[in-house]
Amino acid sequence: MPTPLVVSDVAKSFTMHLRDGIKLPVIAGVSFSIKAGECTVLGGPSGAGKSSILKMLYGNYAVDEGQIIVMHDDGLIDLATASPRTVLAIRRQTIGYVSQFLRTVPRVSALDVVAEPLVERGEDREIARGKARALLAQLNLPEKLWALPPATFSGGEQQRVNIARGFITEHPILLLDEPTASLDARNRDVVIELIAAKKAADVALLGIFHDHDVRKAVADRVIDVTAFAPGKIAA
Amino acid sequence: MTDEPLLRVSALSKFYGSRVGCDNVSFELWPGEVLAVVGESGSGKTTLLNCLSTRLLPSSGTAGYRMRDGQFRELYRMSEAERRFLMRTDWGFVHQNPADGLRMTVSAGANVGERLMAVGDRHYGRIRATAVDWLSRVEIDEDRIDDEPRAFSGGMRQRLQIARNLVTGPRLVFMDEPTGGLDVSVQARLLDLLRGLVTDLGLAAIVVTHDLAVARLLSQRMMVMKDGRVVESGLTDRVLDDPRAPYTQLLVSSILQV
Repeated sequence: MPTPLVVSDVAKSFTMHLRDGIKLPVIAGVSFSIKAGECTVLGGPSGAGKSSILKMLYGNYAVDEGQIIVMHDDGLIDLATASPRTVLAIRRQTIGYVSQFLRTVPRVSALDVVAEPLVERGEDREIARGKARALLAQLNLPEKLWALPPATFSGGEQQRVNIARGFITEHPILLLDEPTASLDARNRDVVIELIAAKKAADVALLGIFHDHDVRKAVADRVIDVTAFAPGKIAA
Repeated sequence: MTDEPLLRVSALSKFYGSRVGCDNVSFELWPGEVLAVVGESGSGKTTLLNCLSTRLLPSSGTAGYRMRDGQFRELYRMSEAERRFLMRTDWGFVHQNPADGLRMTVSAGANVGERLMAVGDRHYGRIRATAVDWLSRVEIDEDRIDDEPRAFSGGMRQRLQIARNLVTGPRLVFMDEPTGGLDVSVQARLLDLLRGLVTDLGLAAIVVTHDLAVARLLSQRMMVMKDGRVVESGLTDRVLDDPRAPYTQLLVSSILQV
């Protein structure tokens, strides 16, 4: 089974220059890999650094130490030191991400928000919209909302737009940051189905799921993030 | 996607006497990329933009631009005529104040058509048809084509300025606070329009703004400037979500939440 992503000895801290340069270590010695066709789950209490790990893997947070090796474009690239341009290419081709909250853009319809990642990968706009419609229907988003910008949608509706946007592409690696947090039971089941389909398509998934039932249904492996807690420092 | 950048800037500095305009700025810009330059007033971002667009000559440093034939040319070694030709054809410059980029006393259609004539188009019907097409792309009704921009609102003027700049199919567009001074609702419309045009046309753009929300929406990459120097650069969302330089942290923490 290929391992498209290997994390070794990654550390992250925040230096708060506005607070006299105090250093807040978040996580250290993070090492793991994820496998194609599996869903790996990051476990641990809030504040343990789960989201920070996902954000580093997406290039959204800088990495202090260590390597994040990604299989991209038939080669291996260290995402921790990659140039912004390379990170953008990796996001376009290799790593997809479903964030916790949808960042809305004024005046862009829900349908186009979902279709956009496919269009960016060079797909024809109408074909991309067709796939977007199918996904939004599967996620039970009322059709009358599709043409509206999602800014005024409820939390659960925005979440579903966000999920559709993340699942529409065929990225070989998919990061999921609490995709089911504000969903009802019916839509949680849809997300479980979508994840199962990704696994069947040999996608490597890495996610955070606080919902016990969802986690039990999708997880092949759980990584306990508390093992990566940085050494305690004097307060 | 090409493997060569469109613009290669190396150690660019501009001094006004002993005062620093911008100091030792280096970066590369690829086709299709939007780079935001942020910082407060006086940080040197407009000086940098003016140097890059050759409206101002730097004190030292180089900037290579890849011409349509694939050859890199050093901007500051070109003749005045060559630079003007680039400005008219391959580049656009969107000013904060539309009056600086428009001819206020000729019609909207002529403002757009003039740039086409500058690249050699002489066919009146075709120029007018293209002007109409571009006015509609920037959401200006066709029946306003013969009106002067003086009769337009601020938001309409700005959209007209954008049409005037993009009509020749430039490969690089400079924007200086393109949404400054507009109402937020007008700003949102303009941002959405710009975002769409930049994506559809595959433009490279350098956008100077002090508004981090504008930068987040429009750009993939960001440079933060303070006192003429670049204090931080990287992916836009990385710089905004995990700011590292003290000054960037101050900027990001000063955003008002709504």
